[in-house]
Amino acid sequence: MSPDTPHLDPIFGRLTLDAIPFQEPILLGTFAVVVLLGIVVVGVVAYFNAWGYLWREWITSVDHKKIGIMYIILAIVMLVRGLADAVMMRLQQAMAFNGADGYLPAHHYDQIFTAHGTIMIFFVATPLIVGVMNFVVPLQIGARDVAFPFLNNIGFWLTTMAAMLVNLSLFVGEFSQAGWVGEPPLSGLADLPGVGVDYYLWALQISGVATIIGGINLLATIMRMRAPGMTFMRMSIFTWSSLCVNALIVLSFPFLTIAVSLLTLDRLIGTHFFTLDAGGNPMAYVNLVWVWGHPEVYILVLPALGLYSEFVATFCSKRLFGYNSMVVALVSICVIGFIVWVHHFFTMGSGASVNAFFGIATACVAIPTGVKVYNWLFTMYRGRIRFEVPMMWTISFMFVFLLGGLTGVLNSIPAADYVLHNGMMVVAHFHNVAIGAITFAMLAAIDYWFPKAFGFRLEPFWGKVAVWSWTIGFFVAWMPIYVAGFVGVTRRTRVFDDPSLQPLYIIAAIGTAIILVGVVAFLIQIYVSIVNRKALRDVTGDPWGGRTLEWSIASPAPDYNFAFTPVVHDVDAWADMKARGYKRPTEGFKAIHMPKNTATGIIASILVFIFAFAVIWYMWWVAAISFLLLLGVLIGHTFIYDRSFHIPEDVVTRTENERTRLLAQQG
Amino acid sequence: MKLHHFYALLPLAAILAGCNAVELNPSGDVAVQERDLILYATELMLIVILPVAFLTTLFAWHYRHDNKSARYEPEWHHSTPLEVVVWGIPIIIIAVMSVTTWKTAHTLDPYAPITRLGPDQPVPPGTKPLVIQVVALDWKWLFIYPEQGIATVNEVAAPINQPIEFRLTADRTQNSLNIPAIAGQVYAMPTMETELHAVVNKVGEYRGKSSRFSGTGFSEMHFWFHGLSTEDFGKWVAQVKTAGGTLDTATYQQLQVQSVSEPVHRYGSVDPQLYKLAVDQCVGKPGNLCLSTIRANDFKKGNGLCRPNVSASN
Repeated sequence: MSPDTPHLDPIFGRLTLDAIPFQEPILLGTFAVVVLLGIVVVGVVAYFNAWGYLWREWITSVDHKKIGIMYIILAIVMLVRGLADAVMMRLQQAMAFNGADGYLPAHHYDQIFTAHGTIMIFFVATPLIVGVMNFVVPLQIGARDVAFPFLNNIGFWLTTMAAMLVNLSLFVGEFSQAGWVGEPPLSGLADLPGVGVDYYLWALQISGVATIIGGINLLATIMRMRAPGMTFMRMSIFTWSSLCVNALIVLSFPFLTIAVSLLTLDRLIGTHFFTLDAGGNPMAYVNLVWVWGHPEVYILVLPALGLYSEFVATFCSKRLFGYNSMVVALVSICVIGFIVWVHHFFTMGSGASVNAFFGIATACVAIPTGVKVYNWLFTMYRGRIRFEVPMMWTISFMFVFLLGGLTGVLNSIPAADYVLHNGMMVVAHFHNVAIGAITFAMLAAIDYWFPKAFGFRLEPFWGKVAVWSWTIGFFVAWMPIYVAGFVGVTRRTRVFDDPSLQPLYIIAAIGTAIILVGVVAFLIQIYVSIVNRKALRDVTGDPWGGRTLEWSIASPAPDYNFAFTPVVHDVDAWADMKARGYKRPTEGFKAIHMPKNTATGIIASILVFIFAFAVIWYMWWVAAISFLLLLGVLIGHTFIYDRSFHIPEDVVTRTENERTRLLAQQG
Repeated sequence: MKLHHFYALLPLAAILAGCNAVELNPSGDVAVQERDLILYATELMLIVILPVAFLTTLFAWHYRHDNKSARYEPEWHHSTPLEVVVWGIPIIIIAVMSVTTWKTAHTLDPYAPITRLGPDQPVPPGTKPLVIQVVALDWKWLFIYPEQGIATVNEVAAPINQPIEFRLTADRTQNSLNIPAIAGQVYAMPTMETELHAVVNKVGEYRGKSSRFSGTGFSEMHFWFHGLSTEDFGKWVAQVKTAGGTLDTATYQQLQVQSVSEPVHRYGSVDPQLYKLAVDQCVGKPGNLCLSTIRANDFKKGNGLCRPNVSASN
């Protein structure tokens, strides 16, 4: 508790009615829309009386597929929030020239860019990759669930509660104004005493812990639960990238936990880890946060690179070129990714040799990355390329990514970074990768595995509209920003004194509008596909001519995934099985042992949410009670011994017979 | 600008026309070298990128599904010569670039004193750099000229073709001193001192700003850097001197108050200890609260941290 906080209410702490931004029309409007949407959702659920269904089939579910889908839905909802922030920034920057102040005052603008970064990284990109890994990895390795199904459930709910917490700050209190990595001294109590930074810290802390839990889970799953015959060198490249990523998560996220914990202590109980006085050192935070922050970049991009390898091989109807090289490349990116973090602060006055070391290490990442690009290229060589939507994303990505690679290497040279650092060039570079590599891959993945999740394909027309809008929108929105970087514009600038820049920002705003068309097209695509789901039904379970095990089973995948655990003889197990004339077994099914649902995940996560909210507002009694309850729930959970059940033999037989019938109908 | 650099610039030139592309057309030797480095690295990487972009287009077109005349080898997935090329080319490019990276990290190190005024133009022996002490405050820049005994806020000047030695610190938040036309940037950070060496070669007015977000008034934290002839610089100093006013502890404490879009201030004389105290975070505070004293006590007894009020005689 800050010693000089005045009038701390014993019940509400520092929470007063002033915390609700009645004077901000933008926020009130947003709040109204959110409440309205909430009422609609509740109304729909109530109309169909779906409460029991939601509770049994989704909220308490430990099915990796459903949890994966829920992660992706969370990410898409948060994407809308993050995009709204982006649009507001673009409008402000397009307007604030020639002495015009724009429409956002500094304290509001600073909150928006902090929110945009925080939400896009922690609540869009991370849940997207975790969701896709969750859904796909167990299917690709021939497993029936993950190693720790309960951890999977609680990990998802913690992430969701963290996302709710960070969004609540919009309407009760304020957002942090210290940038998405929240570096002190700016994020210290002395400079930003409000609740914004506290919201930010607790949201990061909770979602960070959730990510570590998820990382341990998937790591154990890939290490221990592969189907017989699937050696490491027979895993799909996406599974390999997931293995690397989860190793990175387990190794790097604890640094975030530490950095965030220490900063929380500084703000909460007056320690001096990162303060300016009493021996604190803000530089320590910068190091800690980037020791996590740079591997985080690879945590986000490696799954994307893994996905493209899947798409290229599938849609070129050809085995992936240079599988071993791909694996070596992934692992080396993973290792080198840990020794490059100083490139985020070359300009903080490290010695020339230190900077040179980290600069060269960073550039070395370009070697395995370059190899991957070549290998996709040579997979296309002598292939039969089908331009389905995921493949179009892939080709678009290859062009966008070349530019991102070029600018990334430029930034890695310390002497060039002295010019480019904190400029729009850097911003353009990481959006180039975040959009062109990560977002494209995730949108493609949704398109690719949608039939496996829901049993019908997505309508391709609107998917193609989305590809083109995102691709064109990316170039229109970000090429001017690259130029602004070379002109010497600094990031996070709210108003400009140089009028010659305005055309750039107007073009960029137009580009953002084109990207928005892409987002809308994607949403329309989902809507249209749901309407036409009968026509788009995937009967075979293998709509793309897939190569990996998930395509050997029905669409949508049954609860137990595989009626019989497959035996693997080669890379691309399903392609191999098809080539050898695999016959699907149609009898002899047995009861299948599966994990039971659990309510502990959501209950514990809600308690964590209440605890964090109470600490942020200094409501100590609420914090104490919720913490004790949380302990009680978690200890109580350990006494639940009855955690599994059997899907009875007749249910399995019925499900599989239905598939047999559908396949026979298909001819 | 060398001819081959011109070609590398062509794609950009189209977009940049009409823009004031300071970083590509600088007026200080350090910034010129940094610009050349960026162009060189870009060219080097285009060696890989252009062929890949071309081949991607070609393969995507030629091996399209309905082109049945294209060869189709679904099982072809390995070729040792290709693997050698695939690994070899990026390794060579990055190796070549690493040499440059290492060299320039040392020659263009912001801490390295200026040794040349331009290509084949070494600094004349005996030249002393102009020292400018910089304090980033919320949200304005304070420039102190210790040798001239003057100080300015949100305005700075230097004579052309004389090395400049910036010494930087900050009061509360971190900022970054960035005058793109003459050199790269270095952070100004509280409790610490950093250095930036630069030189301006052409007379002119150049934009300066903070390049690290530091809160509410950050966007307005810009200033003009005047590149003046030696003679005009002398006049400018004299002008500032006659402007009167003293930058002492009291005035500094006024500057410490947060303000946005602070107008230019000029001070004819300066408390010579002020900058040192600013680094030490104890302007207007008792000496035993200076960071250096606390740190010294920490070293001696390990009690400076817990009992900052222990007197200096301890």
